Amino acid sequence: MEKSNNNKNTNELKNCNVCEQEDLFLKDLFETYRPEKDNLIQMLNEIQEHYGYVPMYVQEELSEFLKIPMAEIYGVVTFYSRFSLEPQGKYKISVCLGTACFVKGSQKIMDRLTERLKIEPGQTTEDGLFTIEQTRCVGACGLAPVFTVNGEVYGKATVQKLDQVLDEIMEQEGQSKNVS
Amino acid sequence: MKSLEELHKIREEKRKELELRVNTKADTREKHILVCHGTGCTSSKSPEILETFRRILKEKNITNVRVIKTGCFGLCAKGPIVIIRPEDTFYAMVKPEDCEEIIQTHIVEGNIVERLLCKDIDGSKVKSLDELNFYKKQKRIALKNCGVINPEDIDEYIAFDGYRALERVLREMSPEEVIDVIKKSGLRGRGGAGFPTGKKWELTRASIGEQKYVVCNADEGDPGAFMDRSILEGDPHSVLEAMAIAGFAIGANKGFIYVRAEYPIAVERLKIAIKQARDYGILGKNIFGTNFDFDIEIRLGAGAFVCGEETALLESIEGKRGQPRVKPPYPAQSRTMGKTNTY
Repeated sequence: MEKSNNNKNTNELKNCNVCEQEDLFLKDLFETYRPEKDNLIQMLNEIQEHYGYVPMYVQEELSEFLKIPMAEIYGVVTFYSRFSLEPQGKYKISVCLGTACFVKGSQKIMDRLTERLKIEPGQTTEDGLFTIEQTRCVGACGLAPVFTVNGEVYGKATVQKLDQVLDEIMEQEGQSKNVS
Repeated sequence: MKSLEELHKIREEKRKELELRVNTKADTREKHILVCHGTGCTSSKSPEILETFRRILKEKNITNVRVIKTGCFGLCAKGPIVIIRPEDTFYAMVKPEDCEEIIQTHIVEGNIVERLLCKDIDGSKVKSLDELNFYKKQKRIALKNCGVINPEDIDEYIAFDGYRALERVLREMSPEEVIDVIKKSGLRGRGGAGFPTGKKWELTRASIGEQKYVVCNADEGDPGAFMDRSILEGDPHSVLEAMAIAGFAIGANKGFIYVRAEYPIAVERLKIAIKQARDYGILGKNIFGTNFDFDIEIRLGAGAFVCGEETALLESIEGKRGQPRVKPPYPAQSRTMGKTNTY
């Protein structure tokens, strides 16, 4: 596992303040799964869950473990929308743009979110606090429109509700409310 | 590991205990407060309601009332939903603050909390779920246990005849007989194409392959469509049982359930169900004392709508990009990991 550290670029090192623990996670992962190709997506799901994204050096480790070329792993990571190549913000806000939520006006919520955080869906704010995501149906159409913050669902959402949630988070994080 | 006799005993005893779930005239002093724990109601904070009920009951030292988590009742927009059995009173949009009143007025004093009853489309208040115009003419078949049993308790599934069909199939029937029954039943695929299930099983049984798989397609991505999820969240054991029967019929000893990672509750309940079934010896080696082995693995999707298509799904199970294959050959004849499968 030592070897993997050499492969990290500085950006990844910066985000890895608990490197030892992370290596333990990988070690654990490689012990849980048999080195068979069909485990790739399962392992990527766990990696995404743990790191918040799929770091390059982890892909390299995976490539070695599963004996799959890097290109193929990269292909899989970029194919599925749950996997991300960039580190995610501390608060991941996902707005459902599935049909039911869209019809109920979730685009307005997305617009407000991008306006306030000044980033586009898929991007993370510079301070590393927020990531905006557009998501497909989370299965709570009865509560449409919905958005989620780190997995917690806010149903029957309005722009006001979004503002309120954002204000609360910013206050908690000691940020001034930059309402435009 | 449980012997057949033990399972039968569980079924008999538990069934008596749960009579009040399905019979409004059940002869019992017990009451069950059913709190919906489907995705909709969980999103509107039903776990908090469950905890509040339990806390208040404990404080008041009421011992003849149990609070149970169930699958979806089907009216997510009216959630969180609470149903009290045996009288079958249906409360909609319950908040944690309402729990105290429900227990005091309903449980202790025996009166209905009128303000929490649900209004039907004509404005009238209904007392039970089945009185709603929407449900009046419905008969739940695949979802019959959904909202009735605790999906995280295998005993409750067994109580309502769970794993009885599997036992009968394994001990009394041949695979050909099973396929024949399915063909006669007229059962068809529910995905839109409506392919006859018996025919599919027959084709897969007949196809040559050293290893066959049963693949359950639970990659439900269409907006507002929650059939798969409702079953997985409300009655996961029924899926396991059906897969084992399919496995026996086609000659497979391994099954995969491909389910969306966006449905964490469904995934969690499936995991619990698989573990319980293994502990009871209902999945694993020599099921019910026969020489039939069957085990099931969960495969998570990763957010690709196309993976609900059968061949893309198989690619994804193999850990690849979910790109559809050219057909023929059809999946019933070839091939997951180069091997035959059905679903």
